[in-house]
Amino acid sequence: MHIFKNTDIDFLRWRWHAIALSWVIIIVGVITIATKGIPKGVEFAGGTVVIEKFDRMPSVQQVREALDRNYPGGGQNTVVQSYGDPSLNMVMIRVPQVGSESGASLSSEAAKVEDALNKANLGNHRRESAEIVGATVGRELTSKGIWATVLSLIGILAYLAFRFQFSFGVGAVVATIHDLLITLAFLAFFRYDMSLNVIAAILTMTGFSTNDTIVIFDRIRENLRSMRRDSMNHIINVSVNQTLGRTVITSGTALLTALALFFFGGEVLHAFAFTMVVGIITGTYSSVFIAAAIVSLWRGDAPTRAAAHAHVIAQPAPTPQQPQRKQKPQRKARAS
Amino acid sequence: MSNLQWKIVTIIAVFVIFFGVGVYPLIAQRYNVHQPSWLVEKALKLGLDLKGGVHLVLRVQTEDALRIVTDQESERLREELKNKQVTVAKIETPDATHIRVEGVPPAQDPVFRQVANEVTTNFERGSGANGTYTFTMRPNVQVSLRDEAVVQARQTIERRVNELGVTEPSIAQQGNNGDQILVQLPGVTDVERAKEIIRSTGLLELKIVEQSAPTKEALMQNGKVPDGMDIVPGASGGTPADAGTIYYLVKKVAAVSGQDLRNARVSVDENNRPAVSFTLSNEGGRKFGKVSGENIGRQLAIILDGRVQSAPTLESRITTEGRITGSFTQEEVQNLSLILRSGALPATLTYLEERTIGPTLGADSIRSGVIASAVGLLLVVSFMLVYYRLSGVNAVVALIFNLVILLGLMAYVGAVMTLPGIAGFVLTMGIGVDSNVLIFERIKEELEAQRGVRASINAGFGRVFWTLVDTHIAALISCAFLFQFGTGPIRGFAVTLCIGLVSNLFTSIFVSKTLFEMALANRHQVATLSI
Repeated sequence: MHIFKNTDIDFLRWRWHAIALSWVIIIVGVITIATKGIPKGVEFAGGTVVIEKFDRMPSVQQVREALDRNYPGGGQNTVVQSYGDPSLNMVMIRVPQVGSESGASLSSEAAKVEDALNKANLGNHRRESAEIVGATVGRELTSKGIWATVLSLIGILAYLAFRFQFSFGVGAVVATIHDLLITLAFLAFFRYDMSLNVIAAILTMTGFSTNDTIVIFDRIRENLRSMRRDSMNHIINVSVNQTLGRTVITSGTALLTALALFFFGGEVLHAFAFTMVVGIITGTYSSVFIAAAIVSLWRGDAPTRAAAHAHVIAQPAPTPQQPQRKQKPQRKARAS
Repeated sequence: MSNLQWKIVTIIAVFVIFFGVGVYPLIAQRYNVHQPSWLVEKALKLGLDLKGGVHLVLRVQTEDALRIVTDQESERLREELKNKQVTVAKIETPDATHIRVEGVPPAQDPVFRQVANEVTTNFERGSGANGTYTFTMRPNVQVSLRDEAVVQARQTIERRVNELGVTEPSIAQQGNNGDQILVQLPGVTDVERAKEIIRSTGLLELKIVEQSAPTKEALMQNGKVPDGMDIVPGASGGTPADAGTIYYLVKKVAAVSGQDLRNARVSVDENNRPAVSFTLSNEGGRKFGKVSGENIGRQLAIILDGRVQSAPTLESRITTEGRITGSFTQEEVQNLSLILRSGALPATLTYLEERTIGPTLGADSIRSGVIASAVGLLLVVSFMLVYYRLSGVNAVVALIFNLVILLGLMAYVGAVMTLPGIAGFVLTMGIGVDSNVLIFERIKEELEAQRGVRASINAGFGRVFWTLVDTHIAALISCAFLFQFGTGPIRGFAVTLCIGLVSNLFTSIFVSKTLFEMALANRHQVATLSI
């Protein structure tokens, strides 16, 4: 079976459209972030989250009213939502306040929230789960998260620059930064909280996206050796087309599993799975439309450097004892 | 045996081992099948987020440890100066790392310097203009005191947690300054008790009461606490209910403290109320005997964490045995004796982060994780079978191998399965078949270029090898940073992903290729390949 049989799509023709589209999404994301900010989970923002398990499930509205009436300062800036499997009767309540970081008073806000619920007569309930994070931890995590992302990008750039030419490293990292920005834009737009899980998903996604990019670059490198007389742009197009089947299939299977997580993985993994879904789609898109386009922009569309090089050195004797590696792909190149 | 047979044997052996360590215990546990204890010990462990439990991050207030040393040395200085009959206007400790001495008479300046040099070895002496000296704690001493305080706090918490009887607790230092302690207590539900026991300083001090009064002011001289003294609040004895607070004037430095303690246990006082009896070490008993012998008829303040619990009158010389009475409940005396046994914390602790995960939520997470895994596996398997037909079977076998090795390796290295770890497991399926797809697509291309089946397969695996190495190393790089960044659940995710990547390299290249070789082994002319 074949999804794509001998496709011959001129991907580079669409590069400006692709870049424009990406910019639009990124700018919308930046505007959203600038006006509304990135919603932060308690891990980063600090605050108190309690998950209460009720004997009889109250409506979210009832819980909200209880907080408005009985919680000091009212229910402003609180998040109330039902949590987990409906049969479990659980409600999540998040307040931005947190007890002071002295002594054992960190959890005092959780007690106040429960107090407010008690006063509203919502039936028996008990604390199933709590997450109480002071400002110190949030600050440290934020800086650690940013560093982890930046360093992993630098690590990938260094590795690719070592294994490929520098322009490829640039292409891969630009594509990855692109994916990062697009994913952030989607997260900000759909108001998912920035949490540890989301950071983990973002880092995984950068790995996945470079993965796709590397496969295409590998093919470009291989074709650079065999198609010496062709222009860079042609080689890029051929390479992307040759690997298109694989790109779509692997993204497809990865997407299938990410969707399985999104729909069945439960409440805790929701934002994680969403990030992965967005990341996989944008990662595939950027590998095909952005990464290679950057390489071509960086290097220009001149006949490949390898070809120019070959003219000077290998012209007199057309390399009789070249290793067979170089001959094999030549045939294939003609076939495509 | 031929080369191929060796490969098959290797693969089967690897499968059996990892299945035995990683998967069998899970199945056996689920269906209550008996399994040997060494296997149970090795079984894959669940993280806090799946099992339920408490996750605490505390900060050690290392300032406290510095303050104790500063106080001690300033007291020693005071004593020594008194012995040498040097009278100074004032000795004070303005903060945790400084001692200030005012009004050293010019005539006695050389003696003062000599005494100071002998006593305050941990301090740097500043210039003494107008008879005023400032001593600053040496930076290296500060660093080592802080480090020591954190290590001691960790050890004390470990002892307390062990006394609590928590199975498989995890206690580690962390944080940018290394002054945070992470405590994970799986399966603990009584959060408040655990928190209280961990945090209580548990500092027991026995001091002779100089004076007591119902208000602080009555004990002060000229509106100040007398030099070298402390005013400590406490209940006025008798029953707790009627007790107004009463204040005791005691020496700053304790005659006997918790470090001299050998044991503490639950007991009752003469009125049959819960109390804690303690035994001092020989050294502590000697000191206590001296102090109590010299002060018969005076009150002895039993101070716990800066509060006088009781102040009985000394009727005779006491050496090693003592008892703390007060207004305790049975649970309080149990906690207190536990805390005293495990030793005092060198500094106060504050909570920075606190998570509890109830067992219901953990079970719910496991259930959704398993469902998501099953659905993900089903989707990927059916796609591979439909798209690659018989070769799809090859990929599916490789995938299942991959997952078995992943679970087995995680169990073997003692990694912990967390909820994000399950996500990593699911993603490994989706991303793991990537290697197979890459190889198969390449084989297809080679076949289309009219090469033979065997040649195509060899070319497919050969060509793709370095691509796979590149993609896996790039992914491992981001994994490594993820591991470095994360704590708890995220670490579990990074570990799962890393192990999945490594085992994927093995299964997609070695296992999958061997499967092709097996399929083609008994056929001489192969014209078609189901791919």
